[in-house]
Amino acid sequence: MAVDDRFARDFPEPDGDQPLGTRSEIITGPVSDWGTDFSHLEPQWSADPYPIQDDLRQRCPIARTERFGGAWLPTRYEDVAAIAYDTGRFSSRSIIMSNFRPPRELAPIGGSPPISSDPPFHRDARKLLLPAFTKAAVTTQESATRALCHSLIDAFEGRDVVDAACDYAQHIPMRVIADLLGFPPEDGPQFREFVENLLEGINLPPDERIERVSRLFDYLLAQVHDHVGNPRQDLTTYLINAELHGHKLDPAHVVGTMALLLIAGIDTTWSAIGASLWHLAKTAQDRKRLVATPRLLPTAIEEFLRAYAPVTMARLVKEDMHWRGADMKADDWILLSFPAANRDPAQFDRAGEVIIDREINRHAAFGLGIHRCVGSHLARMELRVALEAWLERIPEFTLQDPSAVTWSAGQIRGPRTLPLRIH
Amino acid sequence: MKVQINSGRCQGHGRCYDIAPGLFGDDDEGYGTVLGDGVVPPGEEPEARLAAANCPERAVGLLEGA
Repeated sequence: MAVDDRFARDFPEPDGDQPLGTRSEIITGPVSDWGTDFSHLEPQWSADPYPIQDDLRQRCPIARTERFGGAWLPTRYEDVAAIAYDTGRFSSRSIIMSNFRPPRELAPIGGSPPISSDPPFHRDARKLLLPAFTKAAVTTQESATRALCHSLIDAFEGRDVVDAACDYAQHIPMRVIADLLGFPPEDGPQFREFVENLLEGINLPPDERIERVSRLFDYLLAQVHDHVGNPRQDLTTYLINAELHGHKLDPAHVVGTMALLLIAGIDTTWSAIGASLWHLAKTAQDRKRLVATPRLLPTAIEEFLRAYAPVTMARLVKEDMHWRGADMKADDWILLSFPAANRDPAQFDRAGEVIIDREINRHAAFGLGIHRCVGSHLARMELRVALEAWLERIPEFTLQDPSAVTWSAGQIRGPRTLPLRIH
Repeated sequence: MKVQINSGRCQGHGRCYDIAPGLFGDDDEGYGTVLGDGVVPPGEEPEARLAAANCPERAVGLLEGA
């Protein structure tokens, strides 16, 4: 039997023949005008992006910034949807907007397939993952998730105030993803570091950013080596053995997909659980109604996903073009804000209000088109189980101090400090 | 009434089979499928309408009177 030596050399290793990406100047500091100088990394945006988005939708529906080497921010649902569907003119080769554009040669695969992939490669890379994330497949993790939620709540015993972001929400997706990939559950705290480095360390100096990102890849490579030597029933072993077009996957594909599942699976769901609990802590009538009527929860969850959609994606413009009034240049970023689309009054009645029994809710929290979040069924299961367990065990809770709540910066938005009074 | 799914549009969000599990199912990749011949039994029209109205891709169609 041939030895699997795809992962023998250190990876990723800069190779003299590889094309280099391009770096842009790091620009930070207060925004002068959100229509011409937006930045999703400034504190005003993290604290409350919705008034900014609502204002832009009215007066400047495709906003511009010269930061990040040039980017656009559409805030109307119809523009966000059109870009999500137009994979011919908007590439996914990097979906996190930063001051580094990976080389064009990275398309159509990208660094973390399939989220970073364009057609036609995208379809087959996605097909590899879909069976593991169907509704039936994620149901097998439901009882373990529920047990975890209850054990986290058990640990609140004797406390009047808990941090629902740190002590509850974050642990749920960390454990679920660790189980899926076959990583040691005690590595959870490292995952948090990886996530913050990748998604929030956007404006760090390049050397520091590269160093931090390489820690993630070193970790993943160590996991791959462990799984090559000791195969088991998990997604890591599955990816190592998977074949595409008659060949085993390129090592960069295996590790890139593992990075995607780890990063995208944690921050997002953690944010959605936290934002839902934040809403219920400050809205007694909704909390009481869900405690009294648990069957309303799935409908309420869709509304939390609409109103507090955690995920914003990015695209890169492929060629110079005039698009709906914007003079777009090749390699301009698009900050594809599903949260902004979800609050467009042209698409949703009473768009700015949270209506937990909203019956018609065609929200875009999981994206639109070919890149629909592959983990959406898993995320919905985790969110439902996390809220069911919490409401059953802790029907009364309030914000201990609204000003103490902090939110993550960058493209994934959710509470990172959420002190709740639970007695 | 009859339901149908435009498979060119469906991306597997699963709203239809979440909302109306008596009318829709999923395949082994999570894409929506119509159960049986798609004819909506009497009384299940509200679920059929909700499923259509909640599909983010507008892939669920209703044939009234079918």
